[in-house]
Amino acid sequence: MNAARVFEALGLKRRAWVHPPGRKLATAKAIEPASLPERVVLPLQQHIGSPAQAIVKSGDDVKVGQRIADPGPGFCSAAIHATVSGTVKQLPEIVNPITGSPGTAVVIESDGADAWVEFEPADPETLGPEETLTRIADAGIVGLGGAAFPTHVKLRRPPESPVHTLLVNGAECEPYITADERLMLEDADRIVRGVRILGRLLDVQRVWIGVEDNKPAAIDRMKQAVAAANLPGDVRVVAVPSQYPMGAEKTLLKAISGKEVPEGGFPTDIGVVVQNVATLAAIDDAVTLGKPLVERVVSVTGLVAEPKNVLARFGTTAAHLLDRAGGASPEADAIIFGGPMMGIAQAGLEAPIVKSTNCVLMTRADRRIERGCVRCGRCVEVCAMGLMPLMFVNHVKQGIIDGLLDYHVMSCVECGACSYGCPANIPIVSYIKLGKAELRKREAK
Amino acid sequence: METAKRLILSPAPHLRGRDSVERDMALVILALLFPAAGAVYFFGLYVLLMLATGVAAAVLTEVVAKRMRGRPFVMDGSAIVTGLLFVMVLPPRAPLWVVAIGAVFSIAIVKEAFGGLGCNIFNPALAGRAFVTVSFAGSLSRWIAPTTSWMADAVTTATPLGEGFAATLGQGEPYRALFLGNVGGSVGETSALLILVGGALLLAFKLIKWQVPVFYVGTVFVLSWLMGEDPVFHILAGGLMLGAFFMATDYVTTPLTTRGKIIFSVVAGVLVVLIRVLGNMPEGVAYSILVMNAFTPLIDRYVRPKVYGVAKAGRKKGVA
Repeated sequence: MNAARVFEALGLKRRAWVHPPGRKLATAKAIEPASLPERVVLPLQQHIGSPAQAIVKSGDDVKVGQRIADPGPGFCSAAIHATVSGTVKQLPEIVNPITGSPGTAVVIESDGADAWVEFEPADPETLGPEETLTRIADAGIVGLGGAAFPTHVKLRRPPESPVHTLLVNGAECEPYITADERLMLEDADRIVRGVRILGRLLDVQRVWIGVEDNKPAAIDRMKQAVAAANLPGDVRVVAVPSQYPMGAEKTLLKAISGKEVPEGGFPTDIGVVVQNVATLAAIDDAVTLGKPLVERVVSVTGLVAEPKNVLARFGTTAAHLLDRAGGASPEADAIIFGGPMMGIAQAGLEAPIVKSTNCVLMTRADRRIERGCVRCGRCVEVCAMGLMPLMFVNHVKQGIIDGLLDYHVMSCVECGACSYGCPANIPIVSYIKLGKAELRKREAK
Repeated sequence: METAKRLILSPAPHLRGRDSVERDMALVILALLFPAAGAVYFFGLYVLLMLATGVAAAVLTEVVAKRMRGRPFVMDGSAIVTGLLFVMVLPPRAPLWVVAIGAVFSIAIVKEAFGGLGCNIFNPALAGRAFVTVSFAGSLSRWIAPTTSWMADAVTTATPLGEGFAATLGQGEPYRALFLGNVGGSVGETSALLILVGGALLLAFKLIKWQVPVFYVGTVFVLSWLMGEDPVFHILAGGLMLGAFFMATDYVTTPLTTRGKIIFSVVAGVLVVLIRVLGNMPEGVAYSILVMNAFTPLIDRYVRPKVYGVAKAGRKKGVA
């Protein structure tokens, strides 16, 4: 028996995971277009990086897909397009639904005509890498899995760090959300066309499409689509265990390849580019059709009359989408953009969905009161990153901010598995976010 | 829907598991009821009085201590666990005033003075036992044999560890008596069987790790054997089983990681044998755990999980 086997037998190697209830209420509901809103509110910050800069002013007439904001300064930003046709009403300061900070938004009053700009289609096989990247950037595509990192920035690989593998993330591990699952079931061919475009652009030898094993129909559908597409290279659909947080790119990468991304690094450091399935579908739209990113699949679920998956334009308010799902139940008192594990609570039903909003979840807020830590070690056991979350709480409470680095706080992906299982109801992730913010403040000084 | 409705803004995650401190404590209390029931059966109804005194003193002390510290009292069950465990490690005819004083000390000094549940360094019940041992040695020297009738007068006897193997267990089926609990000893420690039943409950609900009792008891077995002692006697006699399932597994005072727990258990096991065989005290379980409690912060400082994306090279060899 070798050392690794002994380790495993002693329970030293295995790591427990959390298994939140799936509650995928809308799995069987086909994607349907949401009705057009009367007006949309488009924050200029819908991605990681600098905010986009508005190029329209109050009174301008716009068409669907017309660019209304250029990428901001610096290399990391993304363009934003009108999502309804009509007239720009105003550019107010609003609370950003993701960052919670105030920022400028563009409000467009719809004329109800839904008049689109003309697309310029292209044959992806004839485009050079620069042209492909430009089309992706021009469409304003960002990572649709939740992080909203500008896609063209991620795909622009410097020659000194080549990639060999494209990892497609179909592990929708958050409870309730079914947007990616429905997209795989209904639009697998579009996703695979996106895979072909990126495979060619990045010149990868290998494509892994990771889907959790609790979505067997999606796995089958993706396998069919891959087989029909006859893609070059080694393309595999891989069923991964249904554990939380499987959809975090570092976790998924480890589950499939056994390899870890070096601390503080990105998957590209070990030659892997990770893209969410919805992003790939958007890439196909952008490169093949020339269609900018103006809508996405959103699960409207939780405590609503009829959970649904809708194709919604960005800037649509939560209230408008909730009406499509028959309204919220009376006992619901919190509205979350994203899933229940990492999603962001909104202050009002007028909050607009943005590019990263994969779910509008009506729920009942957790009311349990925080207690003192009993050192049960559950958080240590479930941390997919191998951290000791309770140590972050201790350090932040005592104001020992430097000590956080000793425990690798920056490796935390804020998945919430620790808080989920904490018997003392400690909002561990909130303490971690606080500690990280303090560290960043110090760094800035 | 009603748009004027008040929405609650709370941080993620918005979904929480069902685990709670109350649930954990309730399960520990349930598990402790097995050896407690056995103690009443073997040593008579007086034990029931001791248990009631210990729990009442512990809970009342916690209420008062919280008030003095200006903190809200929460009935999470931890004081009940401490009260029960403290009585478990006392001789079955300990005076009630000693039970009360010890329980007060356990909660007020060992637990609350350090900051309450989660902040104490030492196991409150065991530190309380050490306190009454040095303070009231005379009152705690009377050990009795298990009674056949519940209300019969107690017969003073020697404990197996006190007098040695030959003196108390020379006749009949000694291992069987030790396993079932039909021998002299502390309130909760005599029946290995009932402790195993309670321990199995804790394991089934994943409240404790199997590695702790296995490595603790296993170390005592192997080392006592190597030192020429009877290993079966050493694992069945005294408080080893009780300590292994209910005290070396305490969340608060033992290491966080499984590796750390194994180190804790092995070293504590070595200490038990050294104290029993080479020391001048008959029993070493309580002190082995208390000593290792003191080392727990150090173990947690150096024995950490492998961080994702950090090479193993920096780790010291042998810490596994």
